[in-house]
Amino acid sequence: MTDLYTSQRAMRNMRKAAMQRGVIAILDVGTSKIACLILRFDGPDRLREQDGVGPMAGQSQFRVIGAATTRSRGVRFGEIAVMNETERAIRTAVQAAQKMANVRVDHVIACFSGAEPRSYGLAGELDLQDSVVTEQDVSRVLASCDVPDLGPGREVLHAQPVNFALDHRSGLGDPRGQIGHRLAVDMHLLSVDGDVVQNLLYCIKRCDLELAGIASSAYVSAISSLVEDEQELGAACIDMGGGATGISIFMKKHMIYADSVRMGGDHVTSDISKGLQIPMAVAERIKTRHGGLYATGMDDREMIDIGGDSGDWEKDRRQISRTELIGIMRPRVEEILEEVRATLDAAGFDTLPSQQIVLTGGGSQIPGLDGIATRVLGQRVRLGRPLRVQGLPQAATGAAFASAVGLCLFAAHPQDEWWDFEIPAERYPARSLRRAVKWFKDNW
Amino acid sequence: MQSLIARRPTSRVRKDPAPSKWAYRVQRWMLTPYVRGFVWKGIPTLVLLGAGALWLSHEPNRQAVIGQLTHLREEFEARPEFRVSLARVEGASDDLAEAVRAKLALPLPMSSFDIDLDAARARIEALDAVQKADLRVRSGGVLQVLITERVPVAVWRTEDGLTLVDETGHRVAGLLARADRADLPLIAGDGADTATPEALDLIAAAGPLTPRIRGLIRIGDRRWDLVLDRNQRVLLPEKNPVQALERLLALDHAQDLMNRDILTVDLRSDHRPTLRLTPNALAEIRRAQGLETVENEL
Repeated sequence: MTDLYTSQRAMRNMRKAAMQRGVIAILDVGTSKIACLILRFDGPDRLREQDGVGPMAGQSQFRVIGAATTRSRGVRFGEIAVMNETERAIRTAVQAAQKMANVRVDHVIACFSGAEPRSYGLAGELDLQDSVVTEQDVSRVLASCDVPDLGPGREVLHAQPVNFALDHRSGLGDPRGQIGHRLAVDMHLLSVDGDVVQNLLYCIKRCDLELAGIASSAYVSAISSLVEDEQELGAACIDMGGGATGISIFMKKHMIYADSVRMGGDHVTSDISKGLQIPMAVAERIKTRHGGLYATGMDDREMIDIGGDSGDWEKDRRQISRTELIGIMRPRVEEILEEVRATLDAAGFDTLPSQQIVLTGGGSQIPGLDGIATRVLGQRVRLGRPLRVQGLPQAATGAAFASAVGLCLFAAHPQDEWWDFEIPAERYPARSLRRAVKWFKDNW
Repeated sequence: MQSLIARRPTSRVRKDPAPSKWAYRVQRWMLTPYVRGFVWKGIPTLVLLGAGALWLSHEPNRQAVIGQLTHLREEFEARPEFRVSLARVEGASDDLAEAVRAKLALPLPMSSFDIDLDAARARIEALDAVQKADLRVRSGGVLQVLITERVPVAVWRTEDGLTLVDETGHRVAGLLARADRADLPLIAGDGADTATPEALDLIAAAGPLTPRIRGLIRIGDRRWDLVLDRNQRVLLPEKNPVQALERLLALDHAQDLMNRDILTVDLRSDHRPTLRLTPNALAEIRRAQGLETVENEL
């Protein structure tokens, strides 16, 4: 755990260095596509006059100067399955984005959707030495949290203090300087499979890039597609990707739960491919062009050429009606949504005061999804599109780019995580200078 | 049916759109600002400079370049805008103007770039009568020569003849007869010209004696003798001759000294003036005192 703690700290320093340089790359390693955005940070003042965009959500700080996507290879269920294929795909995306931006990037912030995220709620308590809460007290109370057994080979991806309580007052965002006797903290910890992270790290290193941060795509797509009051009042964001569907629940602007269902749009495509005996590429094309979830009488008459190049006239001239296609797609989508429902129920989503559900990600673009989702998940479902950020190409504003855009916002305004707080002085080695300074402060 | 002629694929589709590792690295390298600056600006500059240096290292090429440049320069200087065709001498009398023109000796018309104004000025200022000369090339191709003449303030008599000198003692011109410039005082003796300012001071201080002055003689390039009519002489000291002369004038005013029968007044010692009477006066004064002297040839 200390190892990860230091590596996360190193990533934060890298991010700071990248901010000073002003250029950072965003890499969304997905199952169906790899997206790379290049951000330029140059202060809020220069960009504000340009097109009347106010300092909304702090995103006027940066501007997207390069964007590229490429078909992902070697990624399954949001995890890297074939290293060098993925490395080449990352290289393609990064090179194209660099070419567009005409600038070289060295630091990259990445997100991925797989690796079986698991959420833990942690709580810690501390009796204050003097009645005023100091930064050291915050560090100490964070250190007092009981870390559960994460399991072998698992690492902490996010560990965010969600809530501070001082005596009987709860819901404090920043307890520093307040007066009380007993400080308590609730923390949300997200653990992932360590090997997946290591694989991603290795791939990025092979591309001569340095990792300046890593995030779960369920978390970052929620940042970009949940509006502010949804984040505040409580909402679940369902990021329907290619190989995995990420679920994250937000409350009081903090993520309190995240999970993923290892099914996504690629499974729908493979169902079509198997059902119609056509290659995956054709199935993907048919799905995106003609796909749907509600069959009407009109769809019986709408015939779709399946095509093929087997040389057999009968096989190559096959046609199906759109109803048939819908009949293949719908059970799978329903299955995904039911899995999501089960996960949400397990997380206790139905006890939240506001039960808004936002569907985003490339899979949410299936026509009629909101209707089915309403049936499966509950009444308050909407389709979410990512926030608009400056300089983002029109082609990259769709729901499929929710996690990429969210990662931009995450890069500009990362939430305080466990490793961003100071290490409590007691945990330092006995001969540390920091400890000596602390002793002087306490005694004089 | 399969074609029997082997057909090449019409377009070679790359199966893998990914760049190779080296292509990726080279692209990143070229996006580095210093490298890009060097490749796009540094290398072309170096190549151009190198090619130029290589071309110039060949001797005939260098000569051709220099010849071309010289030709251009000459062509430019020969333009009619820069031609000087007339010299106008101002501020000099006619004789002097002639002399100045003769000294100037410029083969007009010529280009203003070819005229060495400093040398011409030095030549003109070598003339005795010229104190200062200003040479300017004016518009319309005129070389204007502004002359400041020397003003003669005294006549210097030497063994060779008469010379006019100005207030610094510099020669202005020769003089044929003293009567030509009777208005100027006469000075004589070795080094009289260099001490002209002192002589002028003395003449200015002479006051009532002025009409009687015949001239000043420099004795041993050291001190002045003031020569009055009736062959009277005032021997002035080396230092402070003007004060000595003023003392003499006071004495003259009180005792009417200079109208008496005196040959010289010696003021060289500032303790007392020494008078030398004419022989007649001396004999007369002795006779009045009842002294008998023996007059002999010695």
